[in-house]
Amino acid sequence: MKLSAEEIKHIAELSRLDLSDEEVEKYRVELGKILEYVKMLNEVETKKVDITAQVSGLMDVFRKDEAKSWPSDELELALSQGEREDGSLKVKRVL
Amino acid sequence: MKLNELTIKEARERLDKGEITALELTNACLKEIALKDSEIKTCLTVCADSARAEAQEADKRIKAGDKGALLGIPYLCKDNLMTKGIRTTAASKMLENYIAPYDATVIKHLKEAGAILLGKTNLDEFAHGASTENSAFFVTKNPHDLSRVPGGSSGGSAAAVAANLCLFALGSDTGGSIRQPASFCGIVGLKPSYGRISRFGLLSMTSSTDVVGTFTKTVADAALVLDIIAGADENDATSAPADFISETKTLARQTKTSGSAGAFNLANSSGSTNTTSSASLVNAIDFSQLKVGLPKEYFTKDLDPKVKEKIMAVANKLKSLGAEIINVSLPNTKYGIPVYYLITPSEISSNLARFDGIGWGRAAKADNLQDFYRKSRGAGFGPEVKRRIMLGTFALSAGYYDAYYKKAQAVRTLIINDFNQAFKQVDIILTPTSPHPAFKIGAQNHDPLTMYLEDVFVTGASLAGLPALSIPAGKIKVANQELPIGAQLIGQRFFEEELLAVADKLN
Repeated sequence: MKLSAEEIKHIAELSRLDLSDEEVEKYRVELGKILEYVKMLNEVETKKVDITAQVSGLMDVFRKDEAKSWPSDELELALSQGEREDGSLKVKRVL
Repeated sequence: MKLNELTIKEARERLDKGEITALELTNACLKEIALKDSEIKTCLTVCADSARAEAQEADKRIKAGDKGALLGIPYLCKDNLMTKGIRTTAASKMLENYIAPYDATVIKHLKEAGAILLGKTNLDEFAHGASTENSAFFVTKNPHDLSRVPGGSSGGSAAAVAANLCLFALGSDTGGSIRQPASFCGIVGLKPSYGRISRFGLLSMTSSTDVVGTFTKTVADAALVLDIIAGADENDATSAPADFISETKTLARQTKTSGSAGAFNLANSSGSTNTTSSASLVNAIDFSQLKVGLPKEYFTKDLDPKVKEKIMAVANKLKSLGAEIINVSLPNTKYGIPVYYLITPSEISSNLARFDGIGWGRAAKADNLQDFYRKSRGAGFGPEVKRRIMLGTFALSAGYYDAYYKKAQAVRTLIINDFNQAFKQVDIILTPTSPHPAFKIGAQNHDPLTMYLEDVFVTGASLAGLPALSIPAGKIKVANQELPIGAQLIGQRFFEEELLAVADKLN
């Protein structure tokens, strides 16, 4: 399957990845080749085949809807690795 | 013999007799790392001080009469498992300075058992690869030939065990990442059944196939480590409870065509852990009842005759032990790679969306949020990670979802059905782990598709969630160099103990 540079840029945008022009060209060729290869799946008849999304065999795994407190040292270590303000994680404005 | 060269079992005996201390054992490993690792380059982080402290603690426990298979045993861990207070990088610039705030459940189990963490090992970035060349930091070498790769993605762990830098190591296997490096490095690599071991604290890659597993010098040692780290975990909803394991195994026995299923009937089928040591099952296999399948699709005329000869030698050994060798067919084998390389990137594109530069991982400077995401991720991820994220994003995108992702999921069902059919006839399946021994560094990383084809014999068991292990099957000569090659044994889901008991007789 041939992909255009525009298509690669669109995929990169959906993936939130900054790509250089060289990268766009590189992935255009490489992804095209990989998609060409996986096309061999089209020779398999699967109309009557159920899909497999997971193989755990487990169903309806629930736990009680109870809040559990996270050890404070672990919480502090987790929060300490981002930009913070007044003890909270700082994020950029969304809107 | 140097202490770092001991197996777990040998070290256990000496520790219990008081002939050696955990500190001596730990120091022997740390010394070997200091001596050899500048060349082999297996470790991203070495935690010598905390390891020595843990060793002293283990010595106290041993002195007080405490018992345990891994008490005082030093190990290394693939750097995609969370280790509290210790840098956990996934071999990515994205997490270069990340300190894990908690322990993965397997690490917790090992801590409680008194095992000693020596450090964290190199991998392909986020476990995306088959040679460890995709690490953002450095390339790990194969101890058997430093110009060759150790395999991947758990190459650091495999090379470290092969070079005796530790007594065992943890890895993860999503589509061969334990078995293929074990084969390349000439050691034992166990990928357990999907759900056998908790993945809480394993950086998610392909959630529908990811498992944690082991690298050891012997099969018996793999059984010892499995026994400690296996078990259900409320923090991982895909981990299987003991009664579910037991029911699944009973059902599996009932689906056998007449005359089979006898080989494993004597074995402990409870699936529970921490009761009897798995190693005690070694004598419980009735080899006269054992049926071993050779899938014809893995032994085509393209297979290197030298590799085939080694695998057939393993088959003959099983025959001499009383097993019956049966030709079976897994007709959809050739679709394993295309299915795997659609499902894996798809799940990766979703799982790696969590690296948004906020709260953890690399954060870029940018004016607005969208630019911040793009720049943080664009600079933080390496080439193979970006490739997989984009491939997965494409396969999941509107207009392509049915043709690529859903199609792959349907063919996955057919691959699973193949195994189910085969296991009606046989108890285990024997194949080569890899079509060849370790390749030269740089020989295959120019084309991503060539590297993907590396996984030809190992994706099947991953897609079907089956336990599989690679054991050394001898060495073959390539360019005047003797290089190890592995045999893969695949079992039915949750039959790890039985698989290990059979493999133990071959080890």
